[in-house]
Amino acid sequence: MSAQWDPPVRPEYELPLAAAGAAGSATGGAALASRPFTVFERLGQAGWLRKGLLLLVVAALWEAMARWTDNDLLLPGVLQTGRAFVEGVVSGELPGYIGVSLWVLLQGYLAGVAGAFILTSLAMSTQVGRDLLETLTAMFNPLPAIALLPVALLWFGLGKGSLVFVLMHSVMWPLALNTYAGFRSVPETLRMAGRNYGLGGFRMITEILVPAALPAILSGLKIGWAFAWRTLIAAELVFGTTSGKGGLGWYIFQSRNELFTDKVFAGLAAVIVIGLVFENVVFQSIERITVRRWGMQR
Amino acid sequence: MNVLPFQVIQNEPLLRAHGVTIEYPAPQGTVRATHEVSFEVWRGDRFVLLGPSGCGKSTLLKAVGGFIAPRAGSLVLDGKPIHKPGPDRIVVFQEFDQLPPWKTVRQNVMFPLLAGGTSRKEADARARHWLAKVGLGRFEDAYPHTLSGGMKARVAIARALAMQPEILLMDEPFAALDALTRRRMQEELQALWEEARFTMLFVTHSIEEALVVGNRILLLSPHPGRVRAEINSHQFGLHSAGSPEFQTATNRIHHLLFGPEGGAVEHGHANDAGVAAKAVLS
Repeated sequence: MSAQWDPPVRPEYELPLAAAGAAGSATGGAALASRPFTVFERLGQAGWLRKGLLLLVVAALWEAMARWTDNDLLLPGVLQTGRAFVEGVVSGELPGYIGVSLWVLLQGYLAGVAGAFILTSLAMSTQVGRDLLETLTAMFNPLPAIALLPVALLWFGLGKGSLVFVLMHSVMWPLALNTYAGFRSVPETLRMAGRNYGLGGFRMITEILVPAALPAILSGLKIGWAFAWRTLIAAELVFGTTSGKGGLGWYIFQSRNELFTDKVFAGLAAVIVIGLVFENVVFQSIERITVRRWGMQR
Repeated sequence: MNVLPFQVIQNEPLLRAHGVTIEYPAPQGTVRATHEVSFEVWRGDRFVLLGPSGCGKSTLLKAVGGFIAPRAGSLVLDGKPIHKPGPDRIVVFQEFDQLPPWKTVRQNVMFPLLAGGTSRKEADARARHWLAKVGLGRFEDAYPHTLSGGMKARVAIARALAMQPEILLMDEPFAALDALTRRRMQEELQALWEEARFTMLFVTHSIEEALVVGNRILLLSPHPGRVRAEINSHQFGLHSAGSPEFQTATNRIHHLLFGPEGGAVEHGHANDAGVAAKAVLS
């Protein structure tokens, strides 16, 4: 409050608006508004390139470690693992194991998804369903699926039934929890709009709640997928082959028994590659054509 | 008065609210939102519920929508009591998330039609018609997240009108828009009404908007919402704002709501209109 400013009264003016394209100089206008990215900028934006470079660095470190250790039984290098992987693929041995694993995985996964959908639908329609879901997820979500394997083996015997059972367990609870959280965070206005159209019960769930909660459901599906994969490999390692046809876990286990450490690594690599493919191809495509296109997720 | 029977039926009010008391649960017990509110809406009315926040106007609209059951009193639409939401009373909400983001503009307008069993072809034609009417013909295939607030409000209005509901319920539809857009939307709504002559129940807290948009205004006092007055505003249009009659009406409403017996405590700085109102009325 020391100085009192008194701005001068300045003259007013009005300008005619120049056409947007021909603004100012003939060359400037359009170029100022938008400019294509340079090659470097575009390369910097390509996520696959950045991540690929990172992978190369990790692989180089691995190879260096392997050379330094110089012990094939303990740590085979990248090149050796790569060779074992390619040989496994070419001979059809690895794809066979992968096929068996994926087939079991798919069945368990779908069973888990169906279970989660039924549970959450119940939870959205009745108080009993809500209590049931909250209690069951609180009980079973922290329970490692693999801990159920001994029981599953007693009930379903040494075979696919036990595997599907533990897979279902590993997918259902995290997915149900995520889906339920997604359903509950659907905006009240959207819910009221749905009721306004006369939607209720099952149609309310499929036509309003599921699409509105899709970001949460997708993240639940991803978590479920990862859990299922882990559970499956672990289960196969524990009790090996089912009815003469083993999966990837069995392949890893067998290769270790025979001291083919490079094949062990090739099996692990296969697990990783499949995980990457599902994350980057399947789930990302789904996200791109749904939630990102709809502006629900960036 | 010799009136033919069918004319008597024609002249029945469309919506009757009688002694509507609404309570909602709060941590300390129930809170009364409205207390014995009665009013009648006739076909072709642009009926406005006006009052300060806490007068239960939105709650009342949601009760007409069937989302809230009144504690006492009755709500009757066209002779049938209202007890659940239905497509004969389409609501235009204030919030922008009323449009499902996973549907394009046209799919959004078609959604309630298809849910109600209209054929896809018919729904498509009606959606195109009404989107053209609200000036969104070029944006039919855009997703809502790419639209501005005013455009989203237009989609919601097109969606409501395409349903051809008995009554259109508008819950402060323009309150979240900037002043310039709000003004445009009021004009467009007026033009749409001139053309389609739908019945509308409109909730607002703006006196000017009430006078411009409505033909009859129910004034509600807050805590709990009680009827203060019902006044006509059919004589005012978009271009009467600023006229002496418009000013007088504004002041009268302001006095009714915030005057000595109005019951409402004015928040924030005193409005000039309030001071003027006392000067005019004393």
